[in-house]
Amino acid sequence: MPGPPAIRLRGAVKRYGAVTAVDGLDLDVPEGTCVGLLGPNGAGKSTTMKLLTAQAVADAGELEVLGHPLPGESKAARAQCGVVPQLDNLDETLTVEQNLLVFSYLYRVDRAARHEAIEAALDMANLRDRRTAKVSELSGGMRRRLLIARALVHRPRLVLLDEPTVGLDPQVRQELWALIDRLRSEGTTILMSTHYIEEAQRLADTVTIMSAGRAVAAGPPARLVTEHAGREALELFGPPRRLAEVEATARERGLRTRRTGTSVSVLDADGAFGDEGDRRPANLEDVFVLLTGEEIE
Amino acid sequence: MRRLERPALAGVLVREVVNFSSYWRSTTFSATVEPTIYLLAFGFGFGSLVSSVGGYDYVEFVGTGTVATAVLFSSAFPGMFSTFVKYKFQRTYDAILATPVDTEELVTAEALWIAARAAVYGCVPMLVAIVFGLDPSPGMLAVPFIGFIAGYGWASFGILIAALMKSIENFNYVISAVLTPLFLVAGTFFPLSQLPEWVQALANLNPLYHCVQLVRAAVFGPFVPADLGHLAAIVAFALVMWRLAIHFMERKLID
Repeated sequence: MPGPPAIRLRGAVKRYGAVTAVDGLDLDVPEGTCVGLLGPNGAGKSTTMKLLTAQAVADAGELEVLGHPLPGESKAARAQCGVVPQLDNLDETLTVEQNLLVFSYLYRVDRAARHEAIEAALDMANLRDRRTAKVSELSGGMRRRLLIARALVHRPRLVLLDEPTVGLDPQVRQELWALIDRLRSEGTTILMSTHYIEEAQRLADTVTIMSAGRAVAAGPPARLVTEHAGREALELFGPPRRLAEVEATARERGLRTRRTGTSVSVLDADGAFGDEGDRRPANLEDVFVLLTGEEIE
Repeated sequence: MRRLERPALAGVLVREVVNFSSYWRSTTFSATVEPTIYLLAFGFGFGSLVSSVGGYDYVEFVGTGTVATAVLFSSAFPGMFSTFVKYKFQRTYDAILATPVDTEELVTAEALWIAARAAVYGCVPMLVAIVFGLDPSPGMLAVPFIGFIAGYGWASFGILIAALMKSIENFNYVISAVLTPLFLVAGTFFPLSQLPEWVQALANLNPLYHCVQLVRAAVFGPFVPADLGHLAAIVAFALVMWRLAIHFMERKLID
């Protein structure tokens, strides 16, 4: 049973001069769920994140975070939010523990609870044995874990993750997924922007697909896939000429296709191409490309 | 103007204090050695030519004057440079504004912190001058407070410049065209009475001049009504710069 929304945006608009970064965005994040904001670079994900902390002020629309209208009551909302930015902004010359200490003050953790809060954040990020290390001595993965821990030191009701694993090794990425998944299972509400399909598919209860500043579809990943891309896709490989033929044939039979690098994927082909090609389950990427016409990743 | 919340100011100040533990040596070194060099160079250089200025020994004259210089250096420069670095390169302000801290509180806390440092560093030339013959007086206890107010103004001025400039290289314009003239025409090293009258009139617009006058009034006494004017001038300077710094930082930090 979903609770009241932790985030509710209606018709949010943000313009930068002639560029409209967010163009009438509707977004719902029910309390206790993990919502993925999926879209290519430039879709308006980061601007949306900035709107939610009032580091950008919307030109139009209604925005509410944890029941507080923005930007008016943003400070009250921010007190209960943890924000993990896309670009690392840790204090480099401080130790792991000092970074957490500073944020325990910024997030107004009670003096009596401070020590315990810092220990809990260290545990969460698995950095207990690196507590006295300077940030500049940490690996990329550790830095990102600390960035997340820093946002959790006050036990926020809502965590905003902006591209949490961008630019990291696959192995480190999996490690962070485990961390985010643990957070989610503990009941923290999460909004996570990402342009990695797999990340959204694995972690998000519902996904909002963004393109050119708007939400083009929203729902649980599995439902989005069945609704928009069907059950299966047939992937056919070959030289460009062959791929063009496949596309033409598919069009004749009313089937939808998309180019996937060196192959063409035909959705719900159901034997239209005999034994040819590889069958694979339809995925969010198919949905995304079909809905937006844009390639991702 | 919204309310400045104490926990928000405290959060930003704690960040500065914890960071200070990693760089206090170099900052303290330059904040104390620089004015001391001025004091020694001018005090002994000019001091050998001029024995007294305006009724004071030259070392006393320069020793009190460079208090204002020390305050200026230790507040305007951190205001400009470290603000710019934190905003642009370290993105520290993005991190802070994602917590329950508003730009107004951020700027205020940064200026408070720099002003507190400037109040302490400002006393160094005076202490050095005592070693070289300046007589200690009870009025000297007022000097850190004068340094704090002036430091708050200069820190805010620096933050304002950081908010207005697109690149750190542009700071050179401000340093050459604004700070250097103000620094030289403040009655620090020579009394303004030597200068043409129009320069003396202009000096009244120089907060550094008022700071110098106040420090001398505190150290040598007696405190006369005209000193209230000097006090009002640095308080007004601090208030105006503070509000301007907030206004322009808000424009820079909030899209």
